[in-house]
Amino acid sequence: MRAIEPWVAGPLETFLSESSARLTLLMTSTGQVVAQHGFTRAVDVMSAAALGAAIVASTEEIARVMQVPAFRALTHQGRMGLFLSAFNAPRGRWIGLVVYGRDTSLGLVEVFFDRMVEDLRGAAPPQAAPKPVLADDFESELHANLRTLFGR
Amino acid sequence: MIRDYQAVLDRVTRVGKIRAALLVSTADGIPVAEVAMEGLEGRVVAALAASLARRVERAARSAGRQLPVFIHLQGAEGEILTARCGADLLMVAVTEPGVNAGLLRLEFHRAIELVG
Repeated sequence: MRAIEPWVAGPLETFLSESSARLTLLMTSTGQVVAQHGFTRAVDVMSAAALGAAIVASTEEIARVMQVPAFRALTHQGRMGLFLSAFNAPRGRWIGLVVYGRDTSLGLVEVFFDRMVEDLRGAAPPQAAPKPVLADDFESELHANLRTLFGR
Repeated sequence: MIRDYQAVLDRVTRVGKIRAALLVSTADGIPVAEVAMEGLEGRVVAALAASLARRVERAARSAGRQLPVFIHLQGAEGEILTARCGADLLMVAVTEPGVNAGLLRLEFHRAIELVG
């Protein structure tokens, strides 16, 4: 499990151990990765994040067009299950993407995902003053974040 | 066979000390029908009970035993009974301590016959 924000690690680890999820990706609504578990290649994480964010954006737009409340979660079920849900986190709107196997169930993933969201809300430290969009340390921070996510 | 799941659950809740009765999809751990007292989250009970049943069944299979008909878990503050309802459903009851388990098992039997 790797997380860019250290306070995300605790709630995510609890979720992983309770839900038995195989792959988990936490990202912002724009597809920026916050934490991941189970992915081994950077390209997979970035593709999954981009596609997950796009799916959530599409379903939220469908809900808007249909004039119904936004969908809470999206699930695909087959040999493996896919659970995708957007939620309000302390740092804005985030998305969770979870892939799970037959050793767990959609119900368990949903229950512990909701608990993780609550834990994240409780774990977030007060937000620091915003930095410039392209800070002086942008490049080094980018590399540090990539190292954190993929251990390179 | 009847599909009025709510009526089936109502019968189960007539046994005293029942806090919740649910029919749960075994594959998903999601409630199909539920009767629960206030403050008891049906979807949480469903997910955890289905997980419990799945693990006990896996243990029985690993030990070369037949799958359990009933699972009765007793805790200090309450009890959980589950029973398979065909291949896809699990009947679950959450009770206060000291429930009449024999009567509840009878009601489960009747309910399972009705649900098929």
